[in-house]
Amino acid sequence: MCSEVLAVAYSPFLSWAMLMKQKTTQKDVCYTMRCHKERWGGRLFFFATVMPVALVLIIFVALLLRTRPILEAKSISELLLGQVWLPFQGEFGFFPFIMGTLWVTAVALILAVPLCLLSAIYLSEYSRPSTVALMKPVLDLLAGIPSVVYGVWGMLAVVPAVQKFIAPLLGKWLGSISLFSSDNPTGFSILSGGIVLAVMVAPVIISVAYEVMRTVPFGMREASLAVGATQWQTIRYVVMPQAMPGIVAAVVLGLSRAMGETMAVLMVVGNVANKLPRSIFDPAYPLPALIANNYGEMMSIPLYDAALMGAALVLMLVVVIFNVISALILRQILRRSGQ
Amino acid sequence: MKKRLNRQTLEEAIFKGLAGGAFLIMAAALFFILVTVLVKGLPALNWQMLTQVPTAGYYVGKEGGILNAILGSLYLAAGGTLLALLLSLPIALYLEVYARGTRWANMVRLSMDVLWGIPSIVYGAFGFTLMLALGMRASLLGGIITLALVELPIMTRAMDEVIRLIPFELKEVSYALGSTRLETAMKVVFRQMLPGIVTAMLLAFGRGIGDAASVLFTAGYTDRVPTSLLRPVASLPLAVFFQLGTPYPEVQQRAYAAALILTLIIMFVSLGSRWIAGRLSQNVIK
Repeated sequence: MCSEVLAVAYSPFLSWAMLMKQKTTQKDVCYTMRCHKERWGGRLFFFATVMPVALVLIIFVALLLRTRPILEAKSISELLLGQVWLPFQGEFGFFPFIMGTLWVTAVALILAVPLCLLSAIYLSEYSRPSTVALMKPVLDLLAGIPSVVYGVWGMLAVVPAVQKFIAPLLGKWLGSISLFSSDNPTGFSILSGGIVLAVMVAPVIISVAYEVMRTVPFGMREASLAVGATQWQTIRYVVMPQAMPGIVAAVVLGLSRAMGETMAVLMVVGNVANKLPRSIFDPAYPLPALIANNYGEMMSIPLYDAALMGAALVLMLVVVIFNVISALILRQILRRSGQ
Repeated sequence: MKKRLNRQTLEEAIFKGLAGGAFLIMAAALFFILVTVLVKGLPALNWQMLTQVPTAGYYVGKEGGILNAILGSLYLAAGGTLLALLLSLPIALYLEVYARGTRWANMVRLSMDVLWGIPSIVYGAFGFTLMLALGMRASLLGGIITLALVELPIMTRAMDEVIRLIPFELKEVSYALGSTRLETAMKVVFRQMLPGIVTAMLLAFGRGIGDAASVLFTAGYTDRVPTSLLRPVASLPLAVFFQLGTPYPEVQQRAYAAALILTLIIMFVSLGSRWIAGRLSQNVIK
């Protein structure tokens, strides 16, 4: 993986070198139109493939350049660990926003992962083929529903439910634990954001985990059942260990989706700056919401736009690292199973 | 022995119940979303919403509709999809026909994974930076370019998956007849992956039309129907978002209706892509 990352970093030079090589090794001259077409078609297609590789670099460099003014004014630790966000006074601390992102993502995953994995197990091992045939298009459709629609659902259903039922009840039973104590009467909270996100990433996690479990050869299941194991024992001791790397990758994929999600979270999470969340009923202000909410006014205050672009850069780096890891694992698994 | 068997069957029953229960909960939650949007949106939906642009007092509850946002979203998503198609088709063909199994192909796929993972808000911020550098203002063109960037990895990945299913023998036959790589790519591989291309386009179109975070910076918002590439343009997700943010219940009602319209478009696209793929794949050699 390391060498591949390096290769991406050097890609513009590499691609140029490859093109040169192509030119010099193909000494034979083209006489026919077909030959010219073939050669120029190849070059044209090749330049199209340079685009994505270059784009990764360009996005990174462009955001870095825009972030530079604030990196020169403040140290990185000051930015990442600073707790105060007052753009008018030149205070740009990302820490509460980073924590907000982490809290919401963590709540979403704690809710989503067990339910999604059990659902995937049900679909892959227990259910009838007709159930799968029915659920697949539904999962595809749900994975495609815009985040703003999930946000509307969150405001209509989740926020009132948290406000009227979940927060008072949990506060009464478990209020002594600070994680569940509630002094936020609105319902716009980390828990609401987490529930909406959990439902949003569910179709992705379920369908990827299902695909991965299907790649476990049926002969292995049959062998396990033949020596007298129950179906659950087969799942527990045969299917799960085989599918584990892929399941981890599915979860990481969901995690990176959840971290970068903007609109749905923005609509239900409360967006209160300068406050470190202590309980799941506190409001939070994740990084994507920060960028989306403030782009309008960022040009008028010095360093403000640099700070917001810095937030975008931090978000991108974190999400991309998770995503690439999961993509590499998944690709290997699906390739090995011959798909 | 008897006891042990009982424990096993109990364990089996518990976990089967748990898995089934989890599946029911997830299915119910996902179904609940569609029902909520339908129940809230349907009463507010009327002909006027679909055919008129907002009037002066629209955002305090007066007459008007969201034709500007519907058309704007269609323009944005269609433009973005076409632009992304122009790039992703040569990329997919090159990876399969010209650079099959090379290091460069692996690198391009890796960078596609990176691009796929970048959140759309980051694309929005990048598009905004790009437009500042070029001296452009929020416009249809800016939105189209940013959406094309968002859709490019989705489309390429979808095509890449289809193109791999094409039997290798088919290409061997084409080469054996003396055709060049370009001719094989355009006349054999392209036709074989046509259903895949249509599916990929519709998938990307659906993703593009629902994406709010990237057009927030780059396309702006306006009450007029777009007439030029260089003017700002409204979009459905932002229409939902802005109308929901107003304190007037009538306007919020319209946000629900707009969300319903958006969901219906997505459903239509999703079902349509299945239908078209089914129709077209009759001619594909497997």
